Amino acid sequence: MTHANPAGPSDTADPGGAPHSGGAAPAGRRRRSATLVTGCVLAGTIVAVAVISLFWVPFSPEDTSGGRLAPPGPPHLLGTDKLGRDLLTQLMIGARVALTAGLGSVALGGLLGVVAGLLAGFATRWLDDTISALLDILIAFPTLLLAMLVVAAREASLGSAILAIGLAMSAIVARLTRVLVKRVLAQDFITASRTSGTSWPRVVAEHVLPNIWPTLLVNLALQLGLAVLAEASLSYLGLGAPPPNASWGRMLQEAQATVLTAPLGAIAPGVLLVVLVVGVNLVADGLRDVADPTRRRTR
Amino acid sequence: MSLLDVSELTVRSADGRALVSGVSFTMEPGARLGLIGESGSGKSLTALAIMGLVPAGMTVSGSAVLDAPGLVRAEVVGATERRLNGLRGRAATVVFQEPLTALDPLMRVGRQLAEYLRRVRGLRGAALRKAVITALEEVRLTDPRRIAKAFPHEVSGGQRQRVAIAMALACEPALLIADEPTTALDVTVQAEVLALLDGLVSARGMALLFISHDLAVVSAVTDHVLVLKDGVAVESGRVLDIVNTPRHPYTRDLVGSARRLDSALDWSQR
Repeated sequence: MTHANPAGPSDTADPGGAPHSGGAAPAGRRRRSATLVTGCVLAGTIVAVAVISLFWVPFSPEDTSGGRLAPPGPPHLLGTDKLGRDLLTQLMIGARVALTAGLGSVALGGLLGVVAGLLAGFATRWLDDTISALLDILIAFPTLLLAMLVVAAREASLGSAILAIGLAMSAIVARLTRVLVKRVLAQDFITASRTSGTSWPRVVAEHVLPNIWPTLLVNLALQLGLAVLAEASLSYLGLGAPPPNASWGRMLQEAQATVLTAPLGAIAPGVLLVVLVVGVNLVADGLRDVADPTRRRTR
Repeated sequence: MSLLDVSELTVRSADGRALVSGVSFTMEPGARLGLIGESGSGKSLTALAIMGLVPAGMTVSGSAVLDAPGLVRAEVVGATERRLNGLRGRAATVVFQEPLTALDPLMRVGRQLAEYLRRVRGLRGAALRKAVITALEEVRLTDPRRIAKAFPHEVSGGQRQRVAIAMALACEPALLIADEPTTALDVTVQAEVLALLDGLVSARGMALLFISHDLAVVSAVTDHVLVLKDGVAVESGRVLDIVNTPRHPYTRDLVGSARRLDSALDWSQR
């Protein structure tokens, strides 16, 4: 604790002083925006691949003309799998499936979770208790078991996976939202706003939502990474999207038997999965600082 | 007719303890009343009960009637939320003790102020922006343009409290309730904010209900005081009378400690 503040002169909270402008951006801030940029590049690469796969893939996903386990090289840039399908094609479609599953379950889980959480946050006594108990049960329930139930009730498909992951996620999001709402509602500025005659709907729109939004957004971004992993796990177990929809999870499972003879088949989907999840998590981390002005300025 | 008529106001906590018991007082338009007592004596709760905003679980009985010019005379205790929202702001509003928590940390100061100006005066666009600056100038903030663009944590405590006062004034209330508005401020800033509040209340002909634990501060801005102890009004009257001839033992304590502080200050100056 001997060396001086590296960020330069008077970088602490400055009561009354002028807000920091661009000139002396603290080093910490630059590092955090680097986090956001790195995350965006990593996740953006996967998104780009997924978008391209909508219009163009090197081979048809069902084309098995390449021969079993062909090594990398033209025309199959990354080789083929044990059924003779082009690996690059599978990976590209897998990116699309992973993103669809991730975004779909975040949309479902986020919507359900935020609505339930807002309700529980505003509720007092029995309604709050009921919702909280339901959420606790849902959180205690293993996601995998929930997924199996959904798959048993419907069929193994991308939709079932999204439904299962989204439901499990909604409980976590709802519990977070509930706590955030309760905390904001207990603050003076809500009372202050109400002493001036602001109606409840306005209080929610003007003060509650903006104050819970930064935390919620970061959490949803983290949940996106977890959802991508969950979908891969479900596909690995055969509970995800059925062929010909390639999923990275299922590709891993299929390549398992031939990992010594054709390692790329197992390595490639694994690496892409890591790239996407790490990218999304970095974006979440970077967003935390962008979304919250008190963190943005005072550090 | 009185602007505010509080009679036998009682607030009970969820477990039935009386936090405020049987407090009665009236305020005429433009009157000033100090509500004095130590922390936990029910001062703030009395103010919240007048606004119909006691925390969930507490029950209010008795009566608090607000009769502001231009508004329908209304009983606050037991009124519906819709009815109360019509009263809050226009009939009465509150300036709180800690301006940092009383302002939304994620909203720029100007926007928070604009919210009230828009609702009360129906201003939009450029006229609204101009009104925000005028309102900030009115509470004698230098550089109102910078402050309007700042977040609450970017301005000083005294400036924040001035902003909070500007927000309360934007509602054009008939009664301003100031709940320890200077307690969280430095002593030098305290005097400035007190003088500002004093001037603005006079200029606008508002009534002022000033809540404090500090007899010296209360006597600087109000002419009558009501002394609360453990939720009971133990003494009331003109400030001069209370200071010179306190009747209740608790009031005597209050006056005594204020005098001791005064003489200590006098002695140190010599």
